[in-house]
Amino acid sequence: MSKRDEDIIVCRCEDVTLADIRKAIGEGATTMDEIKRITRAGMGPCQGRTCRLLVAAELSRYLGKPLEQVMPSTYRPPVKAVKLGDLADMDADPEEVRED
Amino acid sequence: MRPSADAVVIGGGVVGAAIAYNLLKSGMKSVVLCEKSTFASGSTGRCGAGVREQWGAEHNIRLAKASIDMFEHLAEELGYDQDIEFKQKGYLILAHTEKEWDQFKKNVELQHRLGVNSMLLTPEEAKDIVPALNTEGMLGATYNSRDGHANPFHTTRAFLQAARRLGGDICFFTEVTAIELEAGKVKRVRTSRGDISSPVLVNAAGPWAAVVAKMVGVDLPVYTQRHQILVTEPVGWFLDPMVMSFSIGIYCQQTPHGSVVMGIGDPDEPKGYDTGHSWQFLREMASIVCRLLPVLRDVRVVRQWSGLYTMTPDAHPILGKVPGVDGYYQAVGFSGHGFMLAPVVGRLLSEMILGKQPFIDISGLDLGRFERGEYMVEPSVV
Repeated sequence: MSKRDEDIIVCRCEDVTLADIRKAIGEGATTMDEIKRITRAGMGPCQGRTCRLLVAAELSRYLGKPLEQVMPSTYRPPVKAVKLGDLADMDADPEEVRED
Repeated sequence: MRPSADAVVIGGGVVGAAIAYNLLKSGMKSVVLCEKSTFASGSTGRCGAGVREQWGAEHNIRLAKASIDMFEHLAEELGYDQDIEFKQKGYLILAHTEKEWDQFKKNVELQHRLGVNSMLLTPEEAKDIVPALNTEGMLGATYNSRDGHANPFHTTRAFLQAARRLGGDICFFTEVTAIELEAGKVKRVRTSRGDISSPVLVNAAGPWAAVVAKMVGVDLPVYTQRHQILVTEPVGWFLDPMVMSFSIGIYCQQTPHGSVVMGIGDPDEPKGYDTGHSWQFLREMASIVCRLLPVLRDVRVVRQWSGLYTMTPDAHPILGKVPGVDGYYQAVGFSGHGFMLAPVVGRLLSEMILGKQPFIDISGLDLGRFERGEYMVEPSVV
């Protein structure tokens, strides 16, 4: 692992470096989900918008598989981070809101 | 994957990982763990990550207490080079109804008898521990400082890495498809990656435990049920203990990472294998938690997901062997608290399998209890 890898941030929400990603892969991780569980890459406020492809590219290089064959991690809602207070103040079903 | 083993463990969640590790640590030479996905992909990695001694039934209290003893030294024992994020800042369990408060007094009495130092608190005392708490309508609370949190992913991985170092064969993406018996004894396990001959088989398949049990002709009285959960962005430290209420059906804890994990129980949730997520949960969760901890109004939800509870008729796990199927053992039906019990269950199951006297008497947690009508009662679950 090079010193340079420790200086390259892959997931900026969770401060995960390329060295962290490579260590997880070196210890046997072969999927995006495993890397996420081990390093927290993709678990921050942006939910992997920045790092997802970078991690996938790293895995693809290591596994010698094309990018589209790297098993993606699960996408989970909400699409954008939402304040709990805003959610609490909504008092209608989304369907009802649409009808208004 | 090797063609034969002394034991095959089904399930790469924390329970299977802990059992495999303990078998190897106790001297078993060849252990294969089969996991159809990867580590902590079922209930473990989806759980609320809490650990508590404050239960209302004797078995759960004894098991949880021994488990927390083990959590205190776990990372060290397993030689794990990352943090399992074990935190002991307590559980604060709120009472809002007279019935609940009466039950809590009984719980604390039982907990004291079993060596748990829980306390009954007034709403004012509870507020001293959680200044952000809205105590309106609260009659009191119980608190135990030894309760807390650990990271389910890292805890599971720590067990698996230690098992590997002891020679364990940890096989991910290996699905068990059939189990062959011979003259009532476990003989061979068929998997998507080949067969393994083994005289011992351990069912630690979490939500799929009943499917595995069927393969050896055992019917489990369990059902699975979705529980939804969410996590926020990390924020400055404001919440030491897990805050929990059974009557409101909520739990909420700040993790060492700074994010806040919370869930609510839905009594109308149908049984089944659905692990989807709903908009209704987000709204209801937000409205309940913002009443209880108003400071959370400005904190953002970043992710919601769900996991499965595997419920037994008495909310206690089913542990040990089953008469008539030699070599078959099970650690199933944890009813939503498998993560916190895993360290102790790993040790107890390995003791049973190796023919030793389990260090805690769990003979009452066998499958036969339901036929005998010896149901336990656990009043304290979300």
